[in-house]
Amino acid sequence: MEIQDTKSTLQVEPRNEEKIKKIWKTAGILLAITVAEFIMAFTMDRGILLYALFILLTIWKAKYIMMEFMHLGDEVKPLFYSIIVPLIFLVWLVIALIKEGSDIFLMRW
Amino acid sequence: MSAHSTAIGVSSKRGVWGGGNEPLKASYGKLMMWFFLLSDIFTFAAFLISYLAIRVSYPAYAGAADTFTGSNEYWPVPELVFEAVPFLHGVHAPLVFVGIMTFILIASSVTMVLAVEAGHRNDRSDVVKWMLWTLLGGITFLSCQAWEWSHFIHGTDGGSVLTYVNSLGQNVTETVFGANLVVNEYGPAAFAQLFFFITGFHGFHVTVGVFLLFLCFYQAAVGVYDKRGHYEMVEKIGLYWHFVDLVWVFVFTLFYLI
Repeated sequence: MEIQDTKSTLQVEPRNEEKIKKIWKTAGILLAITVAEFIMAFTMDRGILLYALFILLTIWKAKYIMMEFMHLGDEVKPLFYSIIVPLIFLVWLVIALIKEGSDIFLMRW
Repeated sequence: MSAHSTAIGVSSKRGVWGGGNEPLKASYGKLMMWFFLLSDIFTFAAFLISYLAIRVSYPAYAGAADTFTGSNEYWPVPELVFEAVPFLHGVHAPLVFVGIMTFILIASSVTMVLAVEAGHRNDRSDVVKWMLWTLLGGITFLSCQAWEWSHFIHGTDGGSVLTYVNSLGQNVTETVFGANLVVNEYGPAAFAQLFFFITGFHGFHVTVGVFLLFLCFYQAAVGVYDKRGHYEMVEKIGLYWHFVDLVWVFVFTLFYLI
């Protein structure tokens, strides 16, 4: 489309306070989760429980970023699923490579 | 010919495949950005999951935190490696600096989504204001990362005594300061290699993002989007910028927490 060299006729709409409030709320949630992770890093013992909690909290944060900030939740369902469903492959990659890594550990040490 | 010159996508001769349609109710640019990001997710996932695999193939440091010394025999505890803050030389402040970096990147993601919201309302002055804040956040994050890398490469005052095979193939035992791709004072060689590779690849994405943010800020400021009739470019660059934040959330967990 050609850019026409005319004065803009775009209508500026007023701020959608409700939407803006929701953005700040999401930001607050992301910050709270990060602070919680920090506290956990220094108060809990290192181990499989702590690591599992870290990864769950991270996925929770990722959900907020994708749904609220990237508005993936507002897209039509086919687009939503064509982004989310391929990520299922990663679940297997995690399982396979952690198994691989621990087997290398057993061989080496 | 001129008899068929109706609006794009309406002509029965053009039909569904004639162009001008919006499959999945998203414009061409947004769809392509989403599928590019999907492929980028797989790239980063491959890196980060490899990090996990290599990490579990080494023993973890099990001793007390205050007696930690770097060794290529075991994987270091991140909070004992990343504990320096600019201008506070010698102060033990575990994860404080990386916490600040995370905060900066999340904040710039928030200002980005506010710019997108302003774009939906065609509000040029709000778009320009929030784009500028986002741009500042991105540049600040990159500067922090530059310092972080520089500190990681130059190392601590004491260093660590390591036995390793150097780049000439000789077996040497010496005090190692900092990090390079052959040896580092913190842990096994793979630790620094993965750090450089993954945070470097992420930093490269941030750098590209900063260029895109500047482009978007500039075009919004001079009124290109007003003339074009929509602010969709803010949305597309916003998607990319949020993705950079998304990746950092995972890098932060895997490198600095676990």
